[in-house]
Amino acid sequence: MATVEFKGKSFDVDEDGFISSFDQWNPEWVEYVKASEGISELTEEHWKVIHVLQDYYRKHGIAPMVRILTKVTGYKLKYIYELFPSGPGKGACKMAGLPKPTGCV
Amino acid sequence: MAKVPKPSELLLDYALPKAEWMDTKPDFRPGTWCYPGKAKNLDVLQLPHAREWNPPDEDWKLPSNWKEIIFEGLRDCLDKYRSLRIFMDVCVRCGACADKCHFYIGSGDPKNMPVLRAELLRSIYRKEFTTAGKVLGKIAGARELTEDVVKEWFYYFFQCTECRRCSVFCPYGIDTAEITIIGRELLNLLGLNIDWVVGPAANCFMNGNHLGIQPHAFKDMIEFFVDEIEAVNGVRVEPTFNRKGAEILFITPSGDVFADPGTYTLMGYLMLFHEIGLDYTWSTYASEGGNFGLFTNHDTMKKLNAKMYAEAKRLGVKYIIGGECGHMWRVVNQYMDTMNGPADFLEVPVSPITGTVFENARSTKMIHIVEFTADLIKNGKLKLDPSRNDHHNVTYHDSCNPARGMGFFDEPRYVIQNVCNNFHDMPPNTIREQTFCCGSGSGLNTDEFMEMRMRGGLPRANAVRHVHDKYGVNMLSTICAIDRAVLTPLMDYWVPGVGVTGVHELVGNALVMEGETERTTDLRGEPLAGMEDIENEDV
Repeated sequence: MATVEFKGKSFDVDEDGFISSFDQWNPEWVEYVKASEGISELTEEHWKVIHVLQDYYRKHGIAPMVRILTKVTGYKLKYIYELFPSGPGKGACKMAGLPKPTGCV
Repeated sequence: MAKVPKPSELLLDYALPKAEWMDTKPDFRPGTWCYPGKAKNLDVLQLPHAREWNPPDEDWKLPSNWKEIIFEGLRDCLDKYRSLRIFMDVCVRCGACADKCHFYIGSGDPKNMPVLRAELLRSIYRKEFTTAGKVLGKIAGARELTEDVVKEWFYYFFQCTECRRCSVFCPYGIDTAEITIIGRELLNLLGLNIDWVVGPAANCFMNGNHLGIQPHAFKDMIEFFVDEIEAVNGVRVEPTFNRKGAEILFITPSGDVFADPGTYTLMGYLMLFHEIGLDYTWSTYASEGGNFGLFTNHDTMKKLNAKMYAEAKRLGVKYIIGGECGHMWRVVNQYMDTMNGPADFLEVPVSPITGTVFENARSTKMIHIVEFTADLIKNGKLKLDPSRNDHHNVTYHDSCNPARGMGFFDEPRYVIQNVCNNFHDMPPNTIREQTFCCGSGSGLNTDEFMEMRMRGGLPRANAVRHVHDKYGVNMLSTICAIDRAVLTPLMDYWVPGVGVTGVHELVGNALVMEGETERTTDLRGEPLAGMEDIENEDV
């Protein structure tokens, strides 16, 4: 497992650059990832998506399904792709520090 | 993650390799192998030799007695499974299977010919377990077991989706999937698996399903669909969870609960059960139909399968209905009875609506939702309006395991043709028992393997393209959760403009429910044919 150092913080990341545990997440992580995710500037809308993901994860131990994410944020899937070019799973979840869903998905 | 080449860049090279196959090593280039199983997941499954390792590395950190472990493991498998010994001995290398594998067609790599894939293991068997191999060596097709052989096994046994198309064409009926299964079983003895297999299996051990959905989250997700159905047609369905004394336990892959487009199929199940007043329950413990244990080893498969029956016993149901899952049906139909059966505490399934006795499930006590629905339709118990699917022009992908694992060909087509007006089958040599794999089954549906998935899915996509071009097909239906997840990117890659759906999503669209409001959209919130101008709220 690789380790990333950024602004005095340290993160363990997997092969796809997801942090290995949500406990390691902090706002610096978002700043670190944004460039590789093709995001030039973080807006309130980015943060809204990240916070919705994290709130759901804290409560349920898993990322929300895409349909719940679009409903709670009020953003259409297409718009979420505009905010996070790699999409809700690979982009937004990665920035929010959530693990990738596995199985028949 | 490996960059996925464009379709035009996936050039095929069917040229002869430069060296003999025994002297050709696999090239672990990104996109052709899956990430190794993480130690934490192996530990959960109590699999041996959990460690960090990486396929492209020279040193795989094998245990010092690895050779002994493999020989002992193979000896054990040969004793246990008579089929394996026959498959090892009987092949005459006729080549009938060679061009039947989707991975061979899509990659041009000779070691993806099923005969040669089997030979990777057979050559070791010959050397260690046959006199001819011991004496004659290479002349008899035998070779020494080396670390390179183990690496080659890992590369090619995780480039086989265990779809069994090749076995349909084998004059001896050699089941290459079972050879791959044994190959993976042996690799597991050395701690070698992929994370996309052991991760879900470990989740299933801990939380009851591959996604790791905890009980309260599972309930929350199903209840989300209850609201969504009400938004489409005003009917409020009332599912129950872990209810003792229910007549039927319903189990579907957790992918249906979480991932689009499977979630719409799940809405179809909820609507159907509500409309016929079925006395059934969901379980938040047996909350997975799939069985990634099948892709790990026999022991893990057995444990994961046992959970479904343990829950049926605990709840006191009469029998189980299984959802639109693929490999679950291979496990249930081919292994369950001798592995965890007989399930004599359950009853032979009888439809409470039609009285039909499902004799075919006499031993497993588990029926497929599509046969259950086909029986309802056949007996005129459902009010259906197929015109609500008129915006779809549908074809059907026979999911490998229900098709070749249980001969399930006609029931899905019967249901589809009763709920849709536009249906066109793909060419005969690509459907039913000859169906082409999605290219991502058996736990290979992970993103870092995308190039091989697109290569392996090419024959299936080609057949879809044919009906797309000829008949204007725009919707590919299927009865497997892996299919629903992986055919979507496959279609976007090879045949843009074709969507993917489960059969019960189509049923949910067509089902006329008591007390429903006028439908203007399908379950996805897309306008029905002729309703495009009506202002629809987003659902």
